[in-house]
Amino acid sequence: MSITIENLSKQFGDHRALDNINLEVNSGELLALLGPSGCGKTTLLRIIGGMELANSGRLLFHGEDVEQRDARERNVGFVFQHYALFRHMTVFENVAFGLRVKPKKERHNEAEIKHRVHELLDLVQLDWLHDRYPAQLSGGQRQRIALARALAVEPKILLLDEPFGALDAQVRKELRRWLRRLHDELHVTSVFVTHDQEEALEVADRVVVMNKGKIEQVGTPDEVYAAPVTPFVYQFIGNVNLFHSRDHAPWSEQHGDAVAYVRPHDIDISATPQDGTALPVEVKLVRTIGSIVRVEVAADGSSEFIEIELSRERFDAAPLASGDKVFIRPRQFRVFETGVKNELSAA
Amino acid sequence: MATQTQRRISTHESRNVTLLLISVALIYLLLFLGLPLFAVFYEAFSKGWGLYWAALQEPDAWSAIELTLLTAAIAVPANLVFGVAAAWAIAKFEFRGKSLLITLIDLPFAVSPVVSGLVFVLLFGAQGWLGQWLQAHDIKLIFAVPGIVLATVFVTFPFIARELIPLMQAQGKEEEEAAVSLGASGWQAFWRVTLPNIKWGLLYGVILCNARAMGEFGAVSVVSGHIRGMTNTMPLHVEILYNEYNFVAAFAVASLLALLALVTLVIKSLVEWQSRRLGYAMKPLTQPTKSGA
Repeated sequence: MSITIENLSKQFGDHRALDNINLEVNSGELLALLGPSGCGKTTLLRIIGGMELANSGRLLFHGEDVEQRDARERNVGFVFQHYALFRHMTVFENVAFGLRVKPKKERHNEAEIKHRVHELLDLVQLDWLHDRYPAQLSGGQRQRIALARALAVEPKILLLDEPFGALDAQVRKELRRWLRRLHDELHVTSVFVTHDQEEALEVADRVVVMNKGKIEQVGTPDEVYAAPVTPFVYQFIGNVNLFHSRDHAPWSEQHGDAVAYVRPHDIDISATPQDGTALPVEVKLVRTIGSIVRVEVAADGSSEFIEIELSRERFDAAPLASGDKVFIRPRQFRVFETGVKNELSAA
Repeated sequence: MATQTQRRISTHESRNVTLLLISVALIYLLLFLGLPLFAVFYEAFSKGWGLYWAALQEPDAWSAIELTLLTAAIAVPANLVFGVAAAWAIAKFEFRGKSLLITLIDLPFAVSPVVSGLVFVLLFGAQGWLGQWLQAHDIKLIFAVPGIVLATVFVTFPFIARELIPLMQAQGKEEEEAAVSLGASGWQAFWRVTLPNIKWGLLYGVILCNARAMGEFGAVSVVSGHIRGMTNTMPLHVEILYNEYNFVAAFAVASLLALLALVTLVIKSLVEWQSRRLGYAMKPLTQPTKSGA
C-alpha cells in the first residue's frame, strides 16, 4: 500500500516540528527517515501511524484519505524504539494480542491463533521463547518479538521508530541485515526512522533526509551519498571538508561568497603541484583505521585540518609521514553559494 | 580471613557501632510503637476474656463496627474508581489544568481533617449554605450516615490516585499505543494492558485507603454528632467509652482497630513481596516516552 503525504505541517506550541512535508512512499518499499534528533522524523512516523494528528495537510493510504481514521483503524503495524512489549504477558500472549482483540465476528478460534502465533515466532526465529516474559529477554530478542507482534495483524504498512536504537553495535548490525531479508520476503510497505546514516544507507530502498522539520533530499542511498543536493545532506551523510571561497578561491571562483564541499576520499595527494589550483599543505597526522588510512593535513599558516582518506594500497604506493610538505587537489567537489544552491562538476 | 577482609570494606562500621545503632533503632521502635500496641491489648484483656467479649457484643459497639464497615465499603470503591480515572488521565494525557487537578487531589492531605469536617457542616449543616434547601427536601447529611461517608470519602480521596500517578507516569503510554495500533479499543487497552500493569500498585493503594477510611477520626467526629448506636464509628465509639471511664470496653474496641492495622500491614507486606517477586509489575520496562524526536 502506498502512502502519500501532502503539505503536512505539525506544530508543538511554538516549535514547528514538521513544515510543509510532501512525500510519496511507494507500495512495498523500505523507506528510511534519516535526520538528527529533533528533525521531526519520529513525529512524521507517529502521524502516519495515527498516534499524533497533523495541524494541516493530507495523508493518503493508497489514494484514500485516512486522517479521520484513528490508529486502530489504519491497519498499521508500529514497532517502538523501546519495544513497548506488554510486560505482564508472555511472548506468546504478546504476539497473540492483536488477534485476540479483534471484533468477535472476525476473531479466529484458539487453534488458529495458536497456529498463527507459532508461525510468526518461527519467522523471527524465537519460538523457543514463547513462554517467557519480556523482562527475561535480551534487547535484540525483545525487538524481534515486537516485530512479530506488529506483523500478527497483517498490517498493510509497517512503521519502525528507531528500531535498533537501544541495541549494542553487534546486535544492531545483525538485526539490520535480518530486517532487510525479512522485508524482501514480506514486501510490506515499511518506513523506519533512524539517526544512523549507516543504518539508513545499508537497509533502505530510499532515504529521506530530514532537518528542522523539512525534507532536505529524497533518493536512493547511493544518490544521497554521491549527489547531495544541499550542504546539510553533504555534512550529515559521510564526512566532508569545507573550503571557503575567501581562502581557497581557485576551487570556487566566480561564485562570490561560496563554500566548496569535498569528501575526504575525493582528494588527491602529490609531492609536486598537480596544476595551478593545487594547495600546498603539511601532513599533521597519519592514522590507519582498518582498511583505510586517514591523513590530516593543514594549509600553510592555517590551523584548520583537512581530512583525507586513502585506501591502503594507495597509501603504501606513496607513504606519508607527519611533517611532509605535499600538494592536494580535489578530484570532485561541489560548490554551494551561501544561501543559494549551485553545482559545479569535477575540476 | 574472609571475615577480616569483609570488615575492612569502607561502608562497614565496627561491630560496636553497628550494635549501638541497631539497639537505638530497636529501643525507639519498642518505645513508640511496640509499647502502645501492647498497652492496647493489655488494657483490653485486663479484666479477663469475659468482659472483653461482653464489651464487643454490646449493641452500640456492634452498630459502630457496622457503620465503620459500611463507610469503608462505600468510600474505598468510590475512591478506587476515581483514583484510577484521575491517575489515568494525569499520567497518559496532556490537557489544560492538569497541575490544578493534581493540586486538588493533594488537597485532603494538606487540609486538617477537622477543617474538612467543618467545611461539610458549613455547606450542608442546618445553618449552612445548602442547609435550608436540604431541610426543605427532607435530606439529612450532617449528623447522619451520609455525612460520615462524605467526610471519609473526602479524607481518603488522594490515597489511590497518589499511589498510581507516579507508577503510571513511569510506565509511559507506549504499551497503550502499541495495543491501539494492534486494533484494541480504548476499553480493551485499559482492561488488558493498563490495569494488569498497575494491579499491585492499585492493591497497595486500596489497602492504605481502607486503613484510613476505617481509622478516620477528625473529619468524621465533626460531622457525626456522636449519636450512640446511630452515627458512631469505631474510633468515635472508643473516644466516648474512654471519656466515660469504661476503659475495658474502650480498649476492646480499640484492639479491633489495632488488629485491623496489623492485618493491613501483613497484607501490605504480602503485596509488596509478591510484586517484587514478579518484578515486572512495579518497575517500568521501557523508558518514558518522548513525543517528537
